[in-house]
Amino acid sequence: MRHAFALVLAAAAALAASVVAQATGAPKLMVNDVAVQEDGFPRALAEFGFFQDAGATEPSDFVYLYELNTPLWSDGADKLRYIYVPDGERITADGAGNGDGLLQFPVGSAIIKTFAYGEGEDQRFIETRVLLHRADGWVALPYRWNAEQTDARLAIAGARIPITTPEGEEISYRIPNMNQCKTCHAQDGEVIPIGPKARNLSADWLAQMVDSGHLTAMPEGADVLPVWQAADTDGEIDAQARAYLDVNCAHCHKPGGSASNTGLDLRWEQNDPFTIGVRKPPVAAGRGAGGFLVSIEPGDPDASILVHRMNSAEPGVAMPELGRSTIDHDAVALMRTWIEGMSE
Amino acid sequence: MLRLTAAALLLASAAPALAETHTITPGDGAQERLQEALILAAPGDEIVLEAGRYTITDGLSLDVDNVTVRGAGMDGTVLDFTTQAGSGEGLLVTSDNVTLRDFALENPKGDGIKSKGADNIVYYRVRVTWTNGPDANNGAYGIYPVESTGVLIDGAKVTGASDAGIYVGQSNGITVRNSIAEANVAGIEIENSRNALVEHNIATRNTGGILIFDLPGLPVMGGGNVIVANNLVVANDTANFAPPGNIVAGVRRGTGIMVMANEDVLIEGNILQHNPTAPIMVIAYVQGFEDERYNPLPRDVVVGQNTYGVGGDDPQMDNADMLLAAFGGALPPVMWDGLGTLFTDSGTPGWSLNLPEQGKGTGMAQPSPLSVPEPAGEFDRTGIGAPAELDARIG
Repeated sequence: MRHAFALVLAAAAALAASVVAQATGAPKLMVNDVAVQEDGFPRALAEFGFFQDAGATEPSDFVYLYELNTPLWSDGADKLRYIYVPDGERITADGAGNGDGLLQFPVGSAIIKTFAYGEGEDQRFIETRVLLHRADGWVALPYRWNAEQTDARLAIAGARIPITTPEGEEISYRIPNMNQCKTCHAQDGEVIPIGPKARNLSADWLAQMVDSGHLTAMPEGADVLPVWQAADTDGEIDAQARAYLDVNCAHCHKPGGSASNTGLDLRWEQNDPFTIGVRKPPVAAGRGAGGFLVSIEPGDPDASILVHRMNSAEPGVAMPELGRSTIDHDAVALMRTWIEGMSE
Repeated sequence: MLRLTAAALLLASAAPALAETHTITPGDGAQERLQEALILAAPGDEIVLEAGRYTITDGLSLDVDNVTVRGAGMDGTVLDFTTQAGSGEGLLVTSDNVTLRDFALENPKGDGIKSKGADNIVYYRVRVTWTNGPDANNGAYGIYPVESTGVLIDGAKVTGASDAGIYVGQSNGITVRNSIAEANVAGIEIENSRNALVEHNIATRNTGGILIFDLPGLPVMGGGNVIVANNLVVANDTANFAPPGNIVAGVRRGTGIMVMANEDVLIEGNILQHNPTAPIMVIAYVQGFEDERYNPLPRDVVVGQNTYGVGGDDPQMDNADMLLAAFGGALPPVMWDGLGTLFTDSGTPGWSLNLPEQGKGTGMAQPSPLSVPEPAGEFDRTGIGAPAELDARIG
């Protein structure tokens, strides 16, 4: 139901391609560390050398595919995620981030995420976003794929592209501009990665990274968030809901994030009910509040601003504000179940 | 043209940059050219928006320090967001020492201009208008600096915001002056902020003219040190059109200047006319709360000399007829709920609800004429207002 299948297939294909390239011993492109680390914004994704092929399906050496247990939802797009760690450098996981287990990447690393629609032969890359860890901090750049799927070009100001979603909806897909990248990736005004937190990464993958010598040690608290694709049964409603909010909302709704002024903190580790929205009045929601009095009204999803805003695609109402033009109906259903189950 | 500039900047990125001017003209690709300029500008640069209408379909944003965005006047350069398809505001500023001047935004879907964590920002002769007038479907805030130190808003004009026209939240060192707030729910609102000076503004046709609020549950708490002086607060008589749930949805139609919670607030020299519920209202936070950091009471609020015309003559409150009869046809200009501490200039007519307790509603009200002391000494104006260096930018 959540396009897990396409993602797994794509991942398998990418891994296989990488293995083939290594096995044949063909001369390989290396990642262009100068492009990653030096000032300036390369105009083409290919300049980084993250991939062996123009279509960006065969990762170069030290570029590793990864997945998240619970992913960020982006209009139903499939995502191919990679990290690049320079030869001989290591990610650390001890005391990482703000206690949220965010992996700490060495300077020269990069995080690469390609957004795609369609399955198999019909798969089309829309955009690839890269995060570059330079000496003076992280830089976020969006690249837009051409129709021929041979070249992705820097889209400083973003773009809008007509897309048909997996659910058949015709939408105007938004590639974020460089500043919009920062809006979600901001922590106290600095750009940081969002996704690769130990708790949202599989223990297997982390173990592989340790084995490869690119991760210092298996982090504590790894692999805690539920696997979203598998979690459509029951029993873990609270964990699923909190994981979804952590991954989809908390990059802004946290202290130091872009929505810090609301006082709403949706991080996984936040345990205070009021702070995650229970009976919390809106602060700056405006018409986004939809006439409802609190973010979460226990037992009553229909009176909860959180559900109202997730269930809207209208600018000024819709949450998240960036990164989606459609409604994540699975997530809305989950939030409804979660809030219905709260004692009044 | 701009692409060339951008490329040149990239090539020259190692060289010390001289301040540049990036000129944007309306027409094809204007949105992309403008957004690229906002991203690629270097500190010290100026982005000039030539006169005309710009159709903008996505939120714009600026994250470079020390940049000026200058239009050809608030009626000459108009960024038209009527067909906006994404983002929560029209323009988002997240960098310091930015000057925004002489342009307008019309019909943003969410907020107009939001500046967050953007210290020492100047808004000068900027206009934000929802052209359909008061409507619950309009965006919440017109001009919206939040979590910032150093905010100067001068000569701005905001019309039609479904929350507050000019809203300054969780900030410090603020001046809002010479501005017009018309037909918003709240004309000008200072919330959870300190050291704010609100002077020489016109607030009219709003539900409430000027609001000084301190609310619980926010990251920045403890609003106070606020002066509201020499404003024209006239005919704030628009029915409240805020979506329910927002704090301003509780503002009564016809409120002139309202203080809720806060400490050390001075209200003087204002002209108040035709605010039919209460020309001046000083009250405690009305709801329950669990935030231990929060003091819900208005403390040391001073109502000095103001000019009171007609007002309090059609109050939006329970038992209005009875109250009007009791007070001889119109309520006195200063309304207090009786909680916290209030001082007034001698001879200031007012009335008190004499509430015994915060957060318990008005059921226990025992209205009576106001009887509070005069202020013991001069109001301490130290440190109130935007830093002086912000003035220099609009000199």
